[in-house]
Amino acid sequence: MPHTLIQPEYRVEIDYDKCHKCGRCVQQCGWGVYSFNERPIPDDSKCRACHRCVTYCPAHCITIKKNDLALKENPNWPTDLRKAIWRQAETGGVMLTGMGNDKPYTSYFDHLVLDACQVTNPSIDPLREPMELRTFLGRKPDSVQVEANGTGGFKLKEGSEVSNNVELAAPIVFSPMSYGSVSLNVHKSLSMAAQRLGILMNTGEGGLHADLYPYQDNVIVQVASGRFGVTPEYLNRGAAIEIKVGQGAKPGIGGHLPGEKINKEVSQTRMIPQGSDAISPAPHHDIYSIEDLRQLIYSLKEASGYKPVGVKIATVHNVAAIASGIVRAGADYVYLDGFKGGTGAAPQIIRDHIGIPIEIAIAAVDQRLRDEGIRNQASIIAAGSIRSSADMAKAIALGADVVAIGSAALMALGCHLCQGCHTGCCSWGLTTQKPELTRRVDPEWGAERLTNLVHAWSHELQEILGALGVNAVESLRGSRERLRAVGLDEQTCKILGVKPAGM
Amino acid sequence: MTFEPLLERMPVDRLPSLSDEAGVGERPRYREEASFKIHGGCGLMGICDESGALMSGEDAIRAMAVQRDRGNGLGGGFAGYGIYPEFPDHYAFHMMFHDLKAKEEAEAVFDQYFVVDLAEPMPTRPVKGISDAPLLWRYFLAPDPHKLESSDMSAEDFVVHTVMLINSSVDGAFVASSGKNMGAFKGVGFPSEIGHYYMVEEYEAHTWVGHNRFPTNTPGWWGGAHPFTLLDWSIVHNGEISSYGINSRYLEQFGYKCSLGTDTEVAAYLFDLLLRRHKLPLELACKALASPLWSEIDRMPEEEAALMKSLRAVYGPGMLNGPFAIVLGFNGGMVALNDRIKLRPLVAARQGTKVMVASEESALREVLDAPDKVWMPKAGEPVIARVKGMDWPIHGDLHLSASEVSCAVTGAEDTCDTAEVNN
Repeated sequence: MPHTLIQPEYRVEIDYDKCHKCGRCVQQCGWGVYSFNERPIPDDSKCRACHRCVTYCPAHCITIKKNDLALKENPNWPTDLRKAIWRQAETGGVMLTGMGNDKPYTSYFDHLVLDACQVTNPSIDPLREPMELRTFLGRKPDSVQVEANGTGGFKLKEGSEVSNNVELAAPIVFSPMSYGSVSLNVHKSLSMAAQRLGILMNTGEGGLHADLYPYQDNVIVQVASGRFGVTPEYLNRGAAIEIKVGQGAKPGIGGHLPGEKINKEVSQTRMIPQGSDAISPAPHHDIYSIEDLRQLIYSLKEASGYKPVGVKIATVHNVAAIASGIVRAGADYVYLDGFKGGTGAAPQIIRDHIGIPIEIAIAAVDQRLRDEGIRNQASIIAAGSIRSSADMAKAIALGADVVAIGSAALMALGCHLCQGCHTGCCSWGLTTQKPELTRRVDPEWGAERLTNLVHAWSHELQEILGALGVNAVESLRGSRERLRAVGLDEQTCKILGVKPAGM
Repeated sequence: MTFEPLLERMPVDRLPSLSDEAGVGERPRYREEASFKIHGGCGLMGICDESGALMSGEDAIRAMAVQRDRGNGLGGGFAGYGIYPEFPDHYAFHMMFHDLKAKEEAEAVFDQYFVVDLAEPMPTRPVKGISDAPLLWRYFLAPDPHKLESSDMSAEDFVVHTVMLINSSVDGAFVASSGKNMGAFKGVGFPSEIGHYYMVEEYEAHTWVGHNRFPTNTPGWWGGAHPFTLLDWSIVHNGEISSYGINSRYLEQFGYKCSLGTDTEVAAYLFDLLLRRHKLPLELACKALASPLWSEIDRMPEEEAALMKSLRAVYGPGMLNGPFAIVLGFNGGMVALNDRIKLRPLVAARQGTKVMVASEESALREVLDAPDKVWMPKAGEPVIARVKGMDWPIHGDLHLSASEVSCAVTGAEDTCDTAEVNN
């Protein structure tokens, strides 16, 4: 019997006339595609089209092509479904994958267009005029209380300061990605960039490595169901604390970091034995209801001297009601992770079929919080496939305070979205703990690329604001009047709170 | 449509059926000027004599006449303060009626709740260019003391409820202004024509505001002209609030409903929210609506920077972004405010105790023969004129919910339906 019925997804073609026979491809490939016998010999079945070898080949002689084997056409049985069945018939297991949902669901961002000023109000040139992106993350009071300051002016009434807010230079943060799922060099790149940019990175659930302490004022420390690396010291180091209830790529599912990824450093940071699997339970075992969440929120506030505490949830059907409950439970921000959000490892069936789109979730949550008069009590962070500054601007116009980027940040560091994070063999040295791979990311290089990316998006957001004729991002936030829908049905427009183009 | 919550608080026999015996033409519901947002530009003026000395309305008309090109004849108006010295404590209702039936119905409301001390047609004269005027009447009213007492409301609340009742449930009737010792004179036409039509030059006031409208689309409705008023405050506005979308959603959170679709309405409610409900001093309300830039805040002394930072963090969604110049008039004076990077014109002048603002300097020069000082107010820096010895703050003891305020001003029924007491 054949070893497998599944044919390789890609063809690795080497132009041997050009090939230097240097063996660089053999060395670069983390998946073990190449062997070397006088010249590199590829094994197509291992290739994930991550382009590491292509990028580093000095002769530019490697081409990766789709393996275009014809299968009897049947739209009801796309190739990936047939392959899944063959694979499961071989293994009997749950199929794992990495990164975000790759199914062709509608992107509502791509059906929303932004406004611009013409004649009746002027657009503003961001190259000549101030264009403000400063954003506050956290709970705001209903009103500002003032008293006379004794010299004819006014000052804040004592105790009415906007406390416990984190000030961000731009409405963007890095998504939680744990040390363990990504390498320490990735964490260093993110935290260095966050500090330079005046924004935040997020530890994810894997604790805070000591090397990141110098950047702790730009770090959100996460508390997830596994409680890895959570100590009073850890809670006090971060700028904010985040309770992770769910993740867009795997709502209702816990986490599983295989023992191979738990080396000495990861084991120390997570406070678990080296080589043991790190299992995060599906629910927090001390949160079985909203009142339990409230207790945990306030426990964390007490333990940290009342730092802002946010709650991250996957966007599911009742997201508006859930978010409202979270705000009423005392959270300073709600982190909404849409169903296209990435993951280091998740069952493919969960990733691709559970949850709702982030655009819809932002609209529903923002409106619900306004209806209940509590929108000012918490910020909204929106994540789950924010792919460009346009997505960011549209998310903000729908009602998000801040967007979070994970996949885009990894792409800045070299990721090609090959979806092999869960294997621990990332050729780009991102989602791996193998020292020969992780050293491929120089934190200084990584920080510069991340800084460039966020600067570029910030400039683009400023251009958008200028075209809209406003000079501060708070004037776009929740301003759905500046959005129009193209090609969306009436009900969807209603849910998004957006008029169709032409109205 | 029911008014149960309202009627409970203000017991009244159900108004007569409004559907029968309609007057000439279709009776408009003065509740919504347009279902879409109205764009436009404008010219404006405001003048205040801080000594309380009175000035003829002719000054206001002249100031607007030289700014004629800033409008297109689809709206002009004035408001004067101190114009009714013989009725200083009465609420002066300036009314617009589509027909006699609307007048009868509105008067039935007045008779029910108020002592009407004088009811008369608004003095007008025929002016070329002004046509299609509604019936214009004015009433000097004092709340019926028994009704007021049994209503358990302040007099201001009582008046606003009445305005709300008329604007929302009497088809074809609209309250143009309802303050004490003040009045709005507005309509469709150029301001100089509207001013002469209402014989504004015959009135004397310590504070005048004026407006010339250039809407890019409008049904040309008399009630839609500026000033926009409630009780004794009035707003004239030149601008386009580019942040309208979030400003109106922010206000909704506090119970206001922005149903007129005009920027002026948003500005008016924001002033109401900040001054009356959140009790911010006028100077700080202006700073919240036209916030200083972060680069300025970062250079401020610590105490001031902390205050400005809080104002921006809390009132960011209410910040008026985009080009505007605005004048808010009230019985204690006026305040003029520009947007945060001065995208619309506003010039100011002082001559003795007179403070004047206008869109164009020509207006200042037309009215003030020898100004001590003419200056261009900086972006976001309010020009404040306070009449000596007059009450401060702006309006009295209002305890209405936001939705009641919006309903009173716009007459939109649905605001009353969802009246939640958010105070």
